Amino acid sequence: MIATFQAALSDADLNQLRSGLVRQVVKFRSRAVIVDVTAMDVMDSFASRTLREIAHMIRLRGAETVIVGIQPEVAFAMVQLGLTLEGVATALDLEEGLAYLTQKFKNIN
Amino acid sequence: MVGSEAPSELLRELVAHLRQNRTQLREEWVVRITEARLLTAMTKEEIFAEATSVYDSYVEALETETFEALQAYARNLSERIIPRGVETHEVVGIVLLLRDVLARSLFAKYQTDFKKLNRILDAYEPAANRIANTVAVGFVQERERVIRQQQEAIRELSTPVLQVRERLLILPIIGVIDPQRARQLTEQLLRGIRTNRAKVVVIDITGVAAMDVTVANHLVQTVEASRLLGATVIVTGLSPEIAQTLVTIGVDLGKMNTVGDLQGGIEQAERLLGYKVVTLAEPR
Repeated sequence: MIATFQAALSDADLNQLRSGLVRQVVKFRSRAVIVDVTAMDVMDSFASRTLREIAHMIRLRGAETVIVGIQPEVAFAMVQLGLTLEGVATALDLEEGLAYLTQKFKNIN
Repeated sequence: MVGSEAPSELLRELVAHLRQNRTQLREEWVVRITEARLLTAMTKEEIFAEATSVYDSYVEALETETFEALQAYARNLSERIIPRGVETHEVVGIVLLLRDVLARSLFAKYQTDFKKLNRILDAYEPAANRIANTVAVGFVQERERVIRQQQEAIRELSTPVLQVRERLLILPIIGVIDPQRARQLTEQLLRGIRTNRAKVVVIDITGVAAMDVTVANHLVQTVEASRLLGATVIVTGLSPEIAQTLVTIGVDLGKMNTVGDLQGGIEQAERLLGYKVVTLAEPR
């Protein structure tokens, strides 16, 4: 499943996305979710924490999460604030995200 | 007592005098410049041409009491003469010489009327000082701009991000890193990761003698930011001193991917990328 985040998401939006995504994972029994944040030009601590929570909740459902599309400027700003998305898989873009998941599932199988 | 003219009238009289005697005063100024051995990097013709422009701009600034045109001219002049090797003291020197030449001619003209001379000087001096200031500052600002440009170029050259294999970048860092350079390094690397779609980056710091806590933090941030772009960072050439600095700031070296030397780092990077290096034949 691929979820594309838009730019300028409010805290309320993020909360909705979090519960929405997890519901979808359950409903479709997805094995992986790619969250594409290419459009996000800022990432604050709430957004960062929400992404980690999403990954955590999805993992509890037995599925993988990959965050893709973090822009260089955003990445730089994030690490300066100490937001490292630790424990969450990341990849450059959609293509890399899919390659990562393919590799991961190949290894599992 | 002879009537007290308005300052602006005095200025007009002054400007008229300077315009009338333009040829002679300019000539006198060029002679003084040569005697003082200034502008040696320029030919006589060039000095004369520039002297004419400066003189006219000078008088115009006195007349209009506005200095924007003069400032623009000073910058323009600086842009032309700085590459010729003209120094700050020369530019300040020639402007002050012009100030002297013009002042002397005023002394000569009004020597019989001391009170009038004083009033003329009251009008002349603030304006002349402002002019000297404007030109000098314009020159120095242009110099600073050139130096900043050169520093930027040096920084760019000294942190090259090299693509060695597909998906593998190497960033050899040599010399002193200050926080500004460290920041530029990070930005360049992150852009390079995106452009080259790099999956592994080897940052070699063999050539870095010492790193303070601020820069060490930058290094850690670079590693973390690279991961957010999906790239793994291998740090090579970590000296014992730098390792100590990293431990001091609380970096878990066990979590940071480090290898002794650049060669080892590249080999590990290749393994991570799934390359295998095989010897086909004995080297000749």
